[in-house]
Amino acid sequence: MSTTATDAALQSVPALLARNVERYGKATAYREKEFGIWQSWTWSEVAEEVRALAMGFLALGMARGDYVAIIGRNRPSLYWSMVAAQSVGAIPVPLYQDAAAEEMAYVLEHCGARFVVCGDQEQVDKVLEVQETVKCIEELMYLDKRGMRKYDHTHMNWLMDVQAEGRAGHQRFEAELEKRTAELTYDHTCVMLYTSGTTGKPKGVVLSNRNIIETSRASAEFDGLRQSDEILAYLPMAWVGDFIFAIGQAYWAGFCVNCPESDKTMMTDLREIGPTYFFAPPRIFETMLTQVMIRMEDASKLKLRLFKNYMEHARKVGPAILDGKEVSAADRAKYALGNLLVYGPLKNTLGLSRIRVAYTAGEAIGPEIFDFFRSLGINLKQLYGQTEASVFITQQPDGEVRSDTVGVPSPGVEVKIAENGEVFYRSPGVFVSYYKNPESTASTKDEEGWVATGDAGFFEEGTGHLRIIDRAKDVGKMADGSLFAPKYVENKLKFYPNILEAVVFGNGRDRCVAFINIDLSAVGNWAERNNIAYSSYQELTGHPKVLAMIQDHVEETNASIAEDKMLSGCQVHRFLVLHKELDADDGELTRTRKVRRRIIEEKFADLIDALYSGKSEIYTETEVTYEDGRKGKITATLELRDAKVHRAAQKMAAE
Amino acid sequence: MLDTQPEGYVTADGRKIGGVLMEMKNITLRFGGVVAIKDISFDIREGEIRAIIGPNGAGKSSMLNVISGFYHPQEGEVWYKGERRPRMRPYEVARQGIARTFQNIALFEGMSVLDNIMTGRLNHMSAGFFKQALWWGPAAKEEAENREKVEKIIDFLEIQHIRKTPVRRLPYGLKKRVELARALSAEPSILLLDEPMAGMNVEEKEDMSRFILDVNDEFGSTIVLIEHDMGVVMDLSDRVVVMDYGKKIGDGSPGEVRNNEEVIKAYLGVSHD
Repeated sequence: MSTTATDAALQSVPALLARNVERYGKATAYREKEFGIWQSWTWSEVAEEVRALAMGFLALGMARGDYVAIIGRNRPSLYWSMVAAQSVGAIPVPLYQDAAAEEMAYVLEHCGARFVVCGDQEQVDKVLEVQETVKCIEELMYLDKRGMRKYDHTHMNWLMDVQAEGRAGHQRFEAELEKRTAELTYDHTCVMLYTSGTTGKPKGVVLSNRNIIETSRASAEFDGLRQSDEILAYLPMAWVGDFIFAIGQAYWAGFCVNCPESDKTMMTDLREIGPTYFFAPPRIFETMLTQVMIRMEDASKLKLRLFKNYMEHARKVGPAILDGKEVSAADRAKYALGNLLVYGPLKNTLGLSRIRVAYTAGEAIGPEIFDFFRSLGINLKQLYGQTEASVFITQQPDGEVRSDTVGVPSPGVEVKIAENGEVFYRSPGVFVSYYKNPESTASTKDEEGWVATGDAGFFEEGTGHLRIIDRAKDVGKMADGSLFAPKYVENKLKFYPNILEAVVFGNGRDRCVAFINIDLSAVGNWAERNNIAYSSYQELTGHPKVLAMIQDHVEETNASIAEDKMLSGCQVHRFLVLHKELDADDGELTRTRKVRRRIIEEKFADLIDALYSGKSEIYTETEVTYEDGRKGKITATLELRDAKVHRAAQKMAAE
Repeated sequence: MLDTQPEGYVTADGRKIGGVLMEMKNITLRFGGVVAIKDISFDIREGEIRAIIGPNGAGKSSMLNVISGFYHPQEGEVWYKGERRPRMRPYEVARQGIARTFQNIALFEGMSVLDNIMTGRLNHMSAGFFKQALWWGPAAKEEAENREKVEKIIDFLEIQHIRKTPVRRLPYGLKKRVELARALSAEPSILLLDEPMAGMNVEEKEDMSRFILDVNDEFGSTIVLIEHDMGVVMDLSDRVVVMDYGKKIGDGSPGEVRNNEEVIKAYLGVSHD
């Protein structure tokens, strides 16, 4: 191991890369499946690729402080472009590849990107469209040559050509590149990430090398990440988590980043790689569990019995064994047998056999889902984070894992709760500022460095774990003064596999109503098994049996909410099943698939009114946006239903 | 007109169209007393997308079968690469570099997508039965080379996620794409597509159109396609042959065909909507 003296010199990602070449030169740093075969690159090879790319960037005239937009799916060359941009003193700005042209235009204009690196033709087309209004873009680069031959290449280059030019001109650029890389310090900007924002325009979060490297070091030590770890990089590159996992921690610990062949092959690739360190939003774990359950329904009776029997045992003792608590020898023996017969093969099918540490965050995860994976012996934990914090605010240490908390403050992070319940934090990872937006910076971060999360929560007595209730601004009061926390109710509803999304309204009203989105794969499968014919999503959503099933779910949820004295006023009195899936393209969800309450409230105002007016059905027209940006309309007549609420508890809340 | 440019030309979007690759001269095809094709002549230029359209029963598929060597016309000649093509069996025609897809999907349902596409490479493999069975020496090397070509096509048509899936389990639109992949893997100089978008929804049609254009652009394949969807034909093709009751009633660019009186009367005039 090297001494702290050399560690102090590691003040940028390119510096970490140089250290990794020295320390782990021959170890695999990146893998990507191409043409059906996993291609790999060692740290030495990566350094060479990055160097050539950086010199190519110099040849194109990239200056210090330039902004370089990166748009595309997770591919090694795009990660290298980011590091190469840093090497020449420029700032990488990864963007969401599925963003609509206007969102992209806003971000490109806002950061004044001079260079754009695209994954393929689709993104080039989008940027060309944007270029009609955004004039700052000077040079375009692309990675996938397909379909690009006919384009005007005056200001466009294939990324490999840029690299080739860099290699050819190494005599000219070497000295300059070395000088610029050596200049980088902790205070230079490492990356700028745009937050999707549940309200308003995206904000550019400036993260310095100090933020990224300090956070990566602390979090890597927290979980004992090491060089031999493997991750699968499949989450959007524009998301802070991907940057921390696939660049920050990967360069700090020197582990290997695997890129899937395409977004559709993610599950197969996961299985082939068998990562040891894994992050996924709750949705992915939910999908995995749904898949397992659907497939078990079709399994033979013997297999189904084995599965049920051993899963029950796992649920009982699995988490305890994982946490190292006391479990009787007989239970341990049965668990070991179950591992041989059921858990092991199942984990292998899911690609989770080798997991040492897995995290989920972003949304609340259903306790059943969480426990399912924990009981299999997968060390799934929760963390709570934000772009502004370089991800980590709190996380769960091994052995203290539960589905309803988000853990204790991460190393180096201080957390405090304000009067109104809002969570504040201060840490070395706290962002520098919002780019070109001093007002927002000032309103989010105070002079002492405390940052408002916008989430309401509290520390649990005894354990010191943080629990998040809801977005602070979404927590409101009902007409009778009782607490209104929509997210709390929505999460309870969403734990049913049949419900994909729920939106609860009731702030300032006398009772709550809800919109429900069904999960097409779960409900569709259920319909198939029960011989219910349907021809479209819309028809399925309006089916009386589906409505009855959802009604059961809502009523069960009401019963469980009624037990909570503080929140029993939030029971859902009436609901409807939406005729369309809430979609980021229509602005109803953020790109990270969080509900945008205000927009939904405006867009479906007619439906909310109908729910409160007591009508039993309503005709509605909704505008939808197709993937290519065209707009269309769908119409439907929706049935509005009443759900049973639990009166005793309601009285208690009203007192 | 095009005939005045024997050495080829460049299209508005920058594609190079070469000289005549295949020429049909006065083809007449009869089944007993029924005349399926009556004295039809037209040519196919290198690198172009050539469409054959016409109402049901006009003889489009018969024409395609003549090109692929499945039917032998009673009268007329097929000229290919400047030579008159003698009477051939379909596999001999295939060896000459003509590949096709079928109106009703003709894949091996029980085999994986990968294996189906590999069958398209058969004409490029020469190792004998025993060598292949023993997976020995040249046979292994040959398979690896051919697999690489196939993988490039899989990547190109974006079907990586179903590489190992049996064809039987695929939805219709994907099956069509696999069929296109198999035809492409033969590295044909002429690709015959028999109603590539039949039975597809709008999104699948758009995808398929994109792929046809990309194939033409990237591999420079000459494409002959039969299609019912007029919108697709007019957008995709460089030149169109219009048939009605076995006769050719129009030939030219989509614009010319659209304004041809006889074509309007026979086909376009009776629009459904």
